[in-house]
Amino acid sequence: MKRHLISAADLSREDAIEILDTAAELASVSSRPIRKLPTLRGRTVVNLFYEDSTRTRTSFEAAAKRLSADVINFSAKGSSVAKGESLKDTALTLEAMGADAIVIRHGASGAPHRLAEWVTGSVINAGDGTHEHPTQALLDAFTIRQRLGGPQQDGDGHRGTGLDGLRVTIVGDVLHSRVARSDVLLLSTLGAEVTLVAPPTLMPYAVSTWPCEISYDLDRELPKSDVVMMLRVQRERMTAAYFPTVREYRRRYGLDVGRMALMPSRAIVMHPGPMNRGVEIAADVADSSRSTIVEQVGNGVTARMAVLYLMLGGAEENS
Amino acid sequence: MSDNSNVYLIRGARVLGGDPGDILIRNGVIEAVGPDLEAGGAQKIDAAGLIALPGLVDLHTHLREPGREDAETVETGTRAAALGGFTAVHAMANTEPVADTAGVVEQVWRLGQQAGYADVRPVGAVTVGIAGKNLAELGAMTDSAAHVTMFSDDGHCVSDPLLMRRALEYVKAFGGVIAQHAQEPRLTEGAQLNEGEVASRLGLAGWPAAAEEAIIARDCLLAAHTGSRLHVCHVSTAGSVEIIRWAKSKGWQVTAEVTPHHLFLTDERAENYDTVFKVNPPLRTRQDVEAVREGLADGTIDAVATDHAPHPVEAKEAEWAEAAMGMTGLETALRVVQEAMVDTGLLDWAGVADRMSVRPARIGGSEKLGHGVSIAEGAPANLMLYDASAGSEAVDPKTHASKSRNSPFAGLPLPGRVYATFLRGVPTVLDGKVTK
Repeated sequence: MKRHLISAADLSREDAIEILDTAAELASVSSRPIRKLPTLRGRTVVNLFYEDSTRTRTSFEAAAKRLSADVINFSAKGSSVAKGESLKDTALTLEAMGADAIVIRHGASGAPHRLAEWVTGSVINAGDGTHEHPTQALLDAFTIRQRLGGPQQDGDGHRGTGLDGLRVTIVGDVLHSRVARSDVLLLSTLGAEVTLVAPPTLMPYAVSTWPCEISYDLDRELPKSDVVMMLRVQRERMTAAYFPTVREYRRRYGLDVGRMALMPSRAIVMHPGPMNRGVEIAADVADSSRSTIVEQVGNGVTARMAVLYLMLGGAEENS
Repeated sequence: MSDNSNVYLIRGARVLGGDPGDILIRNGVIEAVGPDLEAGGAQKIDAAGLIALPGLVDLHTHLREPGREDAETVETGTRAAALGGFTAVHAMANTEPVADTAGVVEQVWRLGQQAGYADVRPVGAVTVGIAGKNLAELGAMTDSAAHVTMFSDDGHCVSDPLLMRRALEYVKAFGGVIAQHAQEPRLTEGAQLNEGEVASRLGLAGWPAAAEEAIIARDCLLAAHTGSRLHVCHVSTAGSVEIIRWAKSKGWQVTAEVTPHHLFLTDERAENYDTVFKVNPPLRTRQDVEAVREGLADGTIDAVATDHAPHPVEAKEAEWAEAAMGMTGLETALRVVQEAMVDTGLLDWAGVADRMSVRPARIGGSEKLGHGVSIAEGAPANLMLYDASAGSEAVDPKTHASKSRNSPFAGLPLPGRVYATFLRGVPTVLDGKVTK
């Protein structure tokens, strides 16, 4: 494993499959009566969160604690400038506290890159601006593999396999989505065929250079999708001329029961959360048996355990 | 016994890269240029192999004083200028307070006089507080001791088309020129990096080329309509070059500059979010670099201007979005131009003199002070000596005279070395070091 996990592009196919396989093994821990492994005892993991994100922070916290690491939650809400302490000074402080890994969530794209220059421990990107969110992509890949991967469905049946040939359609605000960037990179590395669907205003410039297909027409993509991933539409986009009204957005890009019927029978619906029910996804779709949304949350802990295990524990075993 | 302290005999210099000859300087004036000159008691400077150019003129320098003396002062900035071969610099108006009154421009001008390393030509703000609302007292700045002829809200665009029209018209009364920072504000809200493949991948808000080109096109039309002089700051895109080429073909009074960094660096440098590469306008693509080089070579772009923008360490040691925009450039400008333009065969040394001295002096009005004039008998002795064959030494910002260290060329091997700079016959730099 690399020292840091900042971009999904840092992961080779072998790296990614190793993480998914490790996650599959660790998943059994979550179903035990005592959900704890001693692997990272004496190691310190700092959750450095510059943005409110209860779900991601608690997911990392649970992952670290199940591996017996000491967890420090360092909440630095607001920009570093507003707070009065620079990211560098915070980094040096955490370094002095002996952080073996720093999990960082930050509103500015690239903040984890900067942090990695100033600390000796591992940096794990838990979402930076509109750049990337690689552990979300890992949990998405894990969920897809579990549901749709490989011919065998028993126990370790998917071990060593990627997502070859699976067709994943990601729908919504790709422009501002760190999840979409990481998903495109990781899922394509694992062999999936990714298609992005959005109004042209929410498609990044030069998106044609990405390893995926582009479409503006959701209805055309749904019949050939194995996975449909709906992205959250941020409230502030609704007033910035990206689309005329929420009503029109829902009509053209929202996933309701009628649209879900266009999908192949075994296809699944995903959402990284938090959802805007009734905007990008209808409530009865979110709650349907095809939805993996709750599963994704559980898999998030498992995938993050695998990352921490391989980055902190694995390194020790190898040396 | 005559005093020979102001007599210099430069031996064997190649004026504009031509054949070697001698240059005799006495009391601030070039007394003679030719082979085998003699002058008893003159201080002799062995310039064998060196190229002699008229002192360089920078149309775009941020000296930061008053207000941000932690980043640069007039003294440190003009020392850096002298070390880069410059004899005149135009100090941009976005200081604190803004140079929008006769008082501030006179202060900056006087600080330049006191420092004595280069002539400081203050640029006046177009609008009060560079806020883009009301015209500053442009006439008062012209009439001041600083004799301002160039006005700019640099850092901000005079985006209001009516205000821009009025500014262009108004300065006709005293032969002034408006230097525009071309950036359509609505199209660049929150912009961080050139809108392209790199910015999209890095998740940084895009700064589209069209936001620069739209303003340049509009301003060229306004300059034509009003018969006024427009100068376009730091041209960075291929489209901008085309628009300016078209405006010039119409005979309109439009001039333009390009920075050394836009001649050399691309947005790919931002890959690791290294904030030293954050600048406004942003680094663009390889095609843009090729286009601005071509524009400079064919004269569409008149001048190389550094946009020297010093920042203290803490302003750059931050997240990309929080970091300050700008890079230093005075001490590396000519070396970059050699690498990008001369060693590539796009420009000869006479061309370099034209784009870095003659034309900028004409645009900024420092011709009258003896800048940008030929190295010839009777001319004021503003000139510099450059060793183009000096081996490619890596740029080390720690050795720079600028107070700031934000050079995007750090660690890059660049050819050439500035050997000496003469301001009115007095060396400000000798053997690559400032003389006082």
